[in-house]
Amino acid sequence: MHEIVFISGKGGTGKTSITASFAYLLADKCVVADCDVDAANMHLLLDPVKLSEEDFYSGVVPGIDYNRCNNCGACADVCRFNAINEQDGKYAINIIDCEGCGYCARVCPSGAIIMEENNVGKYFVSNTRLKNTMVHAHLKIGAENSGKLVAKVKKEAVHAAKNNGKEFVLVDGSPGIGCPVISSLSGADFVVIVTEPTVSGFHDLKRVYELVKKFGLKAGCIINKSDLNLNITNEISCYLDEEKIVHLSDIKYDQSFSKAIIEGKTIAEYNPGIAEQLSENWTEIISHLN
Amino acid sequence: MKVAIASGKGGTGKTTISTNLSAYLAEKRSVVLADLDVEEPNAKLFLDIELAKSEIKYKMIPEWNENCSLCGLCQEVCNFNAVIKLNTQIMVLPELCHSCYACSELCPENSLKMIPQKIGIMNIYKSDGLDFIESKMDIGQEQAVPLITKTKDYIKNNFDNKVLAIFDSPPGTSCPVIEVIKDCDLILLVTEPTPFGLHDLKLAIETAKQLHKPCAVIINRAEQGNLLINKFCAAENIDIIAEIPNDRQIATLYSGGQLLYNELPEVKKQLQNIEDYIDLFNYGGSYA
Amino acid sequence: MKIIFTSKGKDWDSKIDPRFGRTEFILTYDTEKDLLENYDNSSVAEEAHGAGPRTAKIIYDLTPDVLITGNGPGNNAISVLNELKMEIYTGAENLSIKEALEAYKKGTLNKFNN
Repeated sequence: MHEIVFISGKGGTGKTSITASFAYLLADKCVVADCDVDAANMHLLLDPVKLSEEDFYSGVVPGIDYNRCNNCGACADVCRFNAINEQDGKYAINIIDCEGCGYCARVCPSGAIIMEENNVGKYFVSNTRLKNTMVHAHLKIGAENSGKLVAKVKKEAVHAAKNNGKEFVLVDGSPGIGCPVISSLSGADFVVIVTEPTVSGFHDLKRVYELVKKFGLKAGCIINKSDLNLNITNEISCYLDEEKIVHLSDIKYDQSFSKAIIEGKTIAEYNPGIAEQLSENWTEIISHLN
Repeated sequence: MKVAIASGKGGTGKTTISTNLSAYLAEKRSVVLADLDVEEPNAKLFLDIELAKSEIKYKMIPEWNENCSLCGLCQEVCNFNAVIKLNTQIMVLPELCHSCYACSELCPENSLKMIPQKIGIMNIYKSDGLDFIESKMDIGQEQAVPLITKTKDYIKNNFDNKVLAIFDSPPGTSCPVIEVIKDCDLILLVTEPTPFGLHDLKLAIETAKQLHKPCAVIINRAEQGNLLINKFCAAENIDIIAEIPNDRQIATLYSGGQLLYNELPEVKKQLQNIEDYIDLFNYGGSYA
Repeated sequence: MKIIFTSKGKDWDSKIDPRFGRTEFILTYDTEKDLLENYDNSSVAEEAHGAGPRTAKIIYDLTPDVLITGNGPGNNAISVLNELKMEIYTGAENLSIKEALEAYKKGTLNKFNN
């Protein structure tokens, strides 16, 4: 079983469309893990039917038991986030401002503040219309993606792959360079970076590759919208050579990307030329696996 | 007046709108633009503007001194694994610290004093009419919120409330976005007419509603005959105030870090629509 | 000498867990006693933040001479591990614990420098 992780650093490069296209090409040979939980869009292309769902918890949040509270205000005094305020003669917690540090619960003299596991959303195991198994999550507003959630989604995906004898896990990775993307990369057999030839795209490619390099992972790169700015595409190509990143392919600027999304299809289903290109990329990716 | 430019997902054109709108309005009035996407600030790439000054920004973290019995209470009270008790010392991991002060204030021996630690840098740029403020988080830092708060404080303390402040917000619907929009007067949501765009727009509207913030929509990469976003907004009674066309020339100008409105009259017209809406909103009028 | 592995299971045939912070098990091999012991690290998976330093602290308390893992620890975990004079080797993912020990003896693992 091999784990292939797709990342981009910057949003809007076409990472999800391309990951979903590989899911189309591999069909029942793969499990898809959507770890881009803040902007989880994969389900719009793969149309999953849920088989099971489970609540997901991350961090802790305080709650006040007013039967015990003696209204002393010690909690509000120690809170550095202004999350506890007096309203109508009672102290109340504003969860949006709360960081979950638990200081209030520690200083409450009457034990009226109880820290509870914070329910931040749900995760699902599903079957997609393309015959993949898929693990995905839905976060509540204001809840943050975390290394923990990504680890959970990936763990379920690996579990599903092993139980059902699937060869590959395709991970749609988190954006940025923080804890969630580190968790996405952890345990990867190959990393595909999807970028675009824009000043911000190239900038973010370099930042995210620093992480990939630190973990000693093998990586390849797809330059999407490659003809948008040939100078930057050239610069990126040179960078890939220098860093020994496999230059998988250049995909030309193509309106069919958004047309495919509008029809709820992957770009590979919609555009046979791109399907063939990605299919060759897959052969190349496999040749780099152990 | 404070206006946030936000979106549910990355890559919809927030920075394109923020930079073009700010530069265009600055030709006529005082504007301050803040790039609050502190993890990946990109707005500067599109602005030709001079650096006036830089300020280092800090958060408070505990510092251990050896006058300590190693009782371990600090490790026990830290919910973020930022304080670790070892055999001969207490180790503080600054990136994980949320500055809650619990370890410091609960320590029976006063062995953990709170001290400032650098988390990033705030750059202040100036040109005629436009002040541009960009905060950049240091690599390795994990929390964007403290730096966003400090940047907002700077604007509050240095600009009159009459100056139009435009906040280029980070993507998503999590803590950093909420920190940006929670004291804005108006939120402009940038989206694109695809199912991805619509899905993320719904989440962004949900976020704005939870914070009781008024919002309006800007469609980027709009296409004739594609009414996906328009239909949704009509049903939800949300104003669409501008539509930037899906044009390859725009994508090309953007890729090279150029502003759009001087080259493309249609973009200028749409920016004017946004200004009209902001002004109407500010004077308490409604948008017909 | 004490050698520690991040592991997906409890015995010699288990695979190395490539993850450091959220490794499922921590295995300790005492070369003098020829004894392999396991520590169930699954509770750390419940940490929203700081799984790396949390696991590092557990390993610190076990006072190993050598740590063998997959992707390698992050910077926060390294700060803790550096307080012990321990050698860290990475790149053992895809190997079983037995194979990782052999690879260590042959000197084919990557030494982690930070």
